[in-house]
Amino acid sequence: MLTYWLTNGFDRKAQIVTAVLVALAIVVPLGSLLPPDDSVLHISTYQVTLFGKYLTYALLALAVDLVWGYCGILSLGHGAFFALGGYACGMYLMRQIGTRGVYADPVLPDFMVFLNWKDLPWFWYGFDMAWFAFLMVILVPGLLAFVFGWFAFRSRVTGVYLSIITQAMTYALLLAFFRNDMGFGGNNGLTDFKDILGYSIQSPGTRAGLFAASALFLAFFFVVASALTRSKLGKVLVAVRDAESRTRFIGYRVEHYKLFVWTLSAVMAGVAGALYVPQVGIINPSEFDPAASIEAVIWVAVGGRGTLVGALIGAVVVNFGKTWFTGMLPELWLFALGGLFVIVTLFLPTGIVGLFARLKSLRKPPVAPVAVANQSGGAS
Amino acid sequence: MSEKAEGSILYLDEVSVSFDGFRAINKLSLVLEPGEMRAIIGPNGAGKTTMMDIITGKTRPDSGDVLYDGKVDLTTLDEAGIARLGIGRKFQKPTVFESHTVEDNIELALKARRGTWATLFHRRSRSEQVRIDELLQTIRLSDKRDLLAAKLSHGQKQWLEIGMLLAQEPRLLLVDEPAAGMTDAETAETAILLKEIAKTQSVVVVEHDMTFVRDLGVKVTVLHEGSVLAEGPLDQVSANPKVIEVYLGR
Repeated sequence: MLTYWLTNGFDRKAQIVTAVLVALAIVVPLGSLLPPDDSVLHISTYQVTLFGKYLTYALLALAVDLVWGYCGILSLGHGAFFALGGYACGMYLMRQIGTRGVYADPVLPDFMVFLNWKDLPWFWYGFDMAWFAFLMVILVPGLLAFVFGWFAFRSRVTGVYLSIITQAMTYALLLAFFRNDMGFGGNNGLTDFKDILGYSIQSPGTRAGLFAASALFLAFFFVVASALTRSKLGKVLVAVRDAESRTRFIGYRVEHYKLFVWTLSAVMAGVAGALYVPQVGIINPSEFDPAASIEAVIWVAVGGRGTLVGALIGAVVVNFGKTWFTGMLPELWLFALGGLFVIVTLFLPTGIVGLFARLKSLRKPPVAPVAVANQSGGAS
Repeated sequence: MSEKAEGSILYLDEVSVSFDGFRAINKLSLVLEPGEMRAIIGPNGAGKTTMMDIITGKTRPDSGDVLYDGKVDLTTLDEAGIARLGIGRKFQKPTVFESHTVEDNIELALKARRGTWATLFHRRSRSEQVRIDELLQTIRLSDKRDLLAAKLSHGQKQWLEIGMLLAQEPRLLLVDEPAAGMTDAETAETAILLKEIAKTQSVVVVEHDMTFVRDLGVKVTVLHEGSVLAEGPLDQVSANPKVIEVYLGR
């Protein structure tokens, strides 16, 4: 059952993406660790971390595309799941600091000592163990999404109303995490990490390892998403997107389908956040900023909604542009981003992926439709 | 619950519903026998579509009984639950899944387990494939099976929707204006198709087109201001002075 499911999902698109990501997971760490620093083949630790960060953004974009592109749920609050996964990972990293903190308390993180707390809050228990933290990376965003989705989808909140509540959800979390007495480091968040799984978080080897992990997790979730969207369930999701009430009238409980894909997507976003935090070295409430969630939607729109590959391309391209732009003309970045969104919506409704598909169909010779049909039939 | 419900496939008794004070359905009663085909006619705003909405769970009645198969209370179920009982509905405006192929549209409607896990790991069986092929043949879209539904003409979409309805293998079909926007030839063919369906299933047809209703040759119910005005064969009903008054105006 599972094998059929995965092989059916492992189409040519998924094969290419997986191959590229696995190749990156091998080549980039090798390029970072093997050649001497002055070699042209050398990839600096800064670059490794930067690209690693892009890959975690790509995973977030993939999560957004799954709900928005396939099921029509426009989430403007996916950053919340990303940030919660990030906080769960950050809590683990904080507990690893131990006596190396400024106040050298073996149990309490620095900010708690600073706030004169005597005991570790109950919700910090267990985060000294990596397996527990990883479980929380999945459970916390998943559970929040499940509860949120349970109420929202059962009450049949859709369209712009749902988008607004997702936005409210992430904003509420932003305000909550800003408070010092929440116990998550308030405004400053969690930072000054030292070790991850016993390895120094700053060392080039760890950075390369984190990059490889990001690439492999992305490949894994891409295959899952691909298999999902190609299954009959994926067809039901698209049916919900296109004609929700029709789908109900042929007997599908739409709210169950939405809840399933919504929760899965939140888990993906959480894992993305957990991979992001050790690479950038900090997690603070600004990750809950509604603008961050909107940005993720823009990546998907730019890459091409409802294509999966488009989400990855969009996330990498836009963030590459952001890095470049904020280096050159930092004050203009938001205008550029807004302009990009307007241009894509007006002229490229199917994004970069759609543009390529259109160029390809233009170049295709009009006279050999049979051969083309055979080729595509053989490949799928 | 009345004993009259026994043996019927669909039983509506004294059903009323109002929207913001407007009585869309007013003490409507209707009984459909198994295997019966019934045409519902009536001027605009008579409550035809609202009646369909009540039967399929889209709208909850304020009062009255709605029973399926003489015993199942439809007012307590949601749309998906009612569809799973075997009640299929075709909308006035053809609604097919535009970004799916014709074949996938049929597959989605095909009678099968509708749960999330069942569809996630669903694999099309040989018997399902045979059934899909048969249905495509019935609705004459076999050569269009790989085409996106969005590319179909209006009439073809209507047929595809009828095909999806058949794929559900319902015991009761509710068909809202199947001939709307069709050419005369298509309308005649649709009447033949519906009569074919009515041999094995119960059908309720809402229609404006009188020639079409005449083609069907079945018992007619006339709705007016949310309740039944007259019932009987078309000729008898259209001779009824009350019906003439409603249709031709005062």
